[in-house]
Amino acid sequence: MTTTAVRKDGPAAVTPPPTIGGHARTYLSRVRGGDVGALPAVLGLIVLCTVFAVMRPSSFLSAGNFANLFTQGAAVTLIAMGLVFVLLLGEIDLSAGFASGVCAAVLANVVTVLGYPWWVAVLAAIATGLVIGTTLGMLVAKIGIPSFVVTLAGFLAFQGIVLMLMKEGTNISVRDEVLVAISNRNLSPALGWAFAVLAVAGYAAVQLLRHRKRVARGLITDPIAVVALRIVGLAVILGTAVYVLNLERSRNVLISSLKGVPIVVPIIAMLLVIWTFVLQRTSYGRHIYAVGGNREAARRAGIEVDRIRISVFVICSSMAAVGGIVAASRANSVDPNTGGSNVLLYAVGAAVIGGTSLFGGKGRVFDAVLGGAVVAVIDNGMGLMGYSAGVKYVVTGVVLMLAASVDAFSRRRATATGTR
Amino acid sequence: MSATPLLELRGIDKSFGPVQVLRDVALTVHPGEVTALVGDNGAGKSTLVKCISGIHPTDAGEVLFNGEPVHIGSPRDAAALGIEVVYQDLALCDNLDIVQNMFLGREKRSGIVLDEPTMEQLAAETLAGLSVRTVTSLRQHVSSLSGGQRQTVAIAKAVLWNSKLVILDEPTAALGVAQTAQVLELVRRLADNGLAVVLISHNMNDVFAVSDRIAALYLGQMVAQVKTTDITHAQVVELITAGRSGALGLTTETGSNGDGTQPADSIPGGLR
Ligand SMILES: Nc1ncnc2c1ncn2[C@@H]1O[C@H](COP(=O)(O)OP(=O)(O)OP(=O)(O)O)[C@@H](O)[C@H]1O
Ligand SMILES: [Mg+2]
Repeated sequence: MTTTAVRKDGPAAVTPPPTIGGHARTYLSRVRGGDVGALPAVLGLIVLCTVFAVMRPSSFLSAGNFANLFTQGAAVTLIAMGLVFVLLLGEIDLSAGFASGVCAAVLANVVTVLGYPWWVAVLAAIATGLVIGTTLGMLVAKIGIPSFVVTLAGFLAFQGIVLMLMKEGTNISVRDEVLVAISNRNLSPALGWAFAVLAVAGYAAVQLLRHRKRVARGLITDPIAVVALRIVGLAVILGTAVYVLNLERSRNVLISSLKGVPIVVPIIAMLLVIWTFVLQRTSYGRHIYAVGGNREAARRAGIEVDRIRISVFVICSSMAAVGGIVAASRANSVDPNTGGSNVLLYAVGAAVIGGTSLFGGKGRVFDAVLGGAVVAVIDNGMGLMGYSAGVKYVVTGVVLMLAASVDAFSRRRATATGTR
Repeated sequence: MSATPLLELRGIDKSFGPVQVLRDVALTVHPGEVTALVGDNGAGKSTLVKCISGIHPTDAGEVLFNGEPVHIGSPRDAAALGIEVVYQDLALCDNLDIVQNMFLGREKRSGIVLDEPTMEQLAAETLAGLSVRTVTSLRQHVSSLSGGQRQTVAIAKAVLWNSKLVILDEPTAALGVAQTAQVLELVRRLADNGLAVVLISHNMNDVFAVSDRIAALYLGQMVAQVKTTDITHAQVVELITAGRSGALGLTTETGSNGDGTQPADSIPGGLR
């Protein structure tokens, strides 16, 4: 050949050793290029918390309200975690809300009406989620109906099924101690601390091991200072949260003591770790991103696209079941509106606000937790300020719109600068 | 020329509904050589490649690999034989990085966990082995690469697997002069390393620069397969546009009617 544009400055993998400054610069250029990641949600959360803290310092900032945020946002966050998988393929599941309602209804029927132990009811609820997800996934992947239509039909049908399971309008109470504990009881303060220490230690081990392995192989790594900063950051956040949650929040300590980390928190944390592992560290997760990014390329790479598409609906509906169980626990009962009204929209909103793209191919399970926190803070703070449900809906809608705009805008920007 | 061809196609037919896109196509590909597959738009080049790689099933015909008859029913079958394709419509995922794309569908794992360091190292070695030095970070998303860099990644992906046959569908179509030269150099190097290479291109300069053999498709029929040194630019252009050139190609004057099934005996298959 006559001309070559080959640069002679060393093999592909060798670049200057990473520095903190370089790391920050890379991050900034990524943000400028449209890859904003979790930034808008984190900023939004900070702004919202500041506003509510200034407007309602005594009520919003109380330990009791902080604990409330978790139990209020739990169900929506869990459903949103499942939705992330569906959104990653550029699909949608509009039925996830009422799917959680159906699963909760099954739970209540099995435990209260039929009188089985709590774990049978939980298994039955999750099995119901699996069946719903498989059905939806098959209709989308095998028959080829757009997910929007399939799950819109599911939305209607499941609403009807909840009604039927509730014997037309009455509600079924859930009194089983274990089930009620999920959303209403707390870890003992010591257990809370143990949980936080375990989480930080586990995170540190994973991060440091990974760093060591990469350094040993001579691969590019984040600077060790950045890794340490991440670990310390997590330790500070978890430490503060556990400290606050371990404060006494009972109005009258003589009657009953109320303190500790709500039990839903470790449940959400565990599911977050499991699903993050699945998405980031297994080939199954890699294939989900691939199918979401370029379905044809994934097919040509030998990935069973249909199987992936069905599986995400199964995950979504199963997580909806978990969300339904948590909701039933919080309300101590299941009624025809469980999983109805704003649940689905809040869940989709949470995923999108957290940074998961509606266009597919981009998103993390953590987005659901982050977005779930934003939604919970809005709901909670507006309530404390005495606004009506109407105003809450409008504000949440506006925030969702903002998040979707950020998504669309960053995508456009990424296309323009080629850094998606 | 080596004794047995690595890949041999005989009598391949392919229709999409009522449209017959390939008729009675024969093709031989030898290791250590670049075989250029030429033909006009819509001649059926991409379709032929997709038949070889298991994306489209064929209606009739035989495929021999290393002299053995084989059935290629899926991209996995093709990959198992050592056939890798770089598609005209690039099959890369924009939302994944270079390493993730190169190992897509065949990730290295330890247990159920992805073995990222190993994959990254292998990717770096492959790129270095191809003397590719234009990519700064293996962890950048493919969407941030230039056309030539993407093509390089696609080619590196194809050679990562100890493949025996690499098929490139118009790898330089969207590239500038320097990047084209770079990719062609890479293509030549693959063949010099002992791989069999099939290169589809509309650019006669490219074809004559790197190929050892030229196969010409005309309206779904293989009209000639000759050594590059035995044919001129003008003759190839004639084969592409009219289906015949002197003694080469279709035997009837009106080959463009495309209905005739007579050209079987006029395919020299590299015997000239
Ligand atoms: N999936 C398909 N379904 C129906 N017809 C198809 C399909 N794929 C290709 N064809 C038809 O087959 C013919 C050959 O197409 P093919 O893509 O193989 O041409 P080509 O030689 O690669 O052309 P180009 O140089 O433009 O890439 C065209 O007429 C095209 O319309
Ligand atoms: Mg083509």
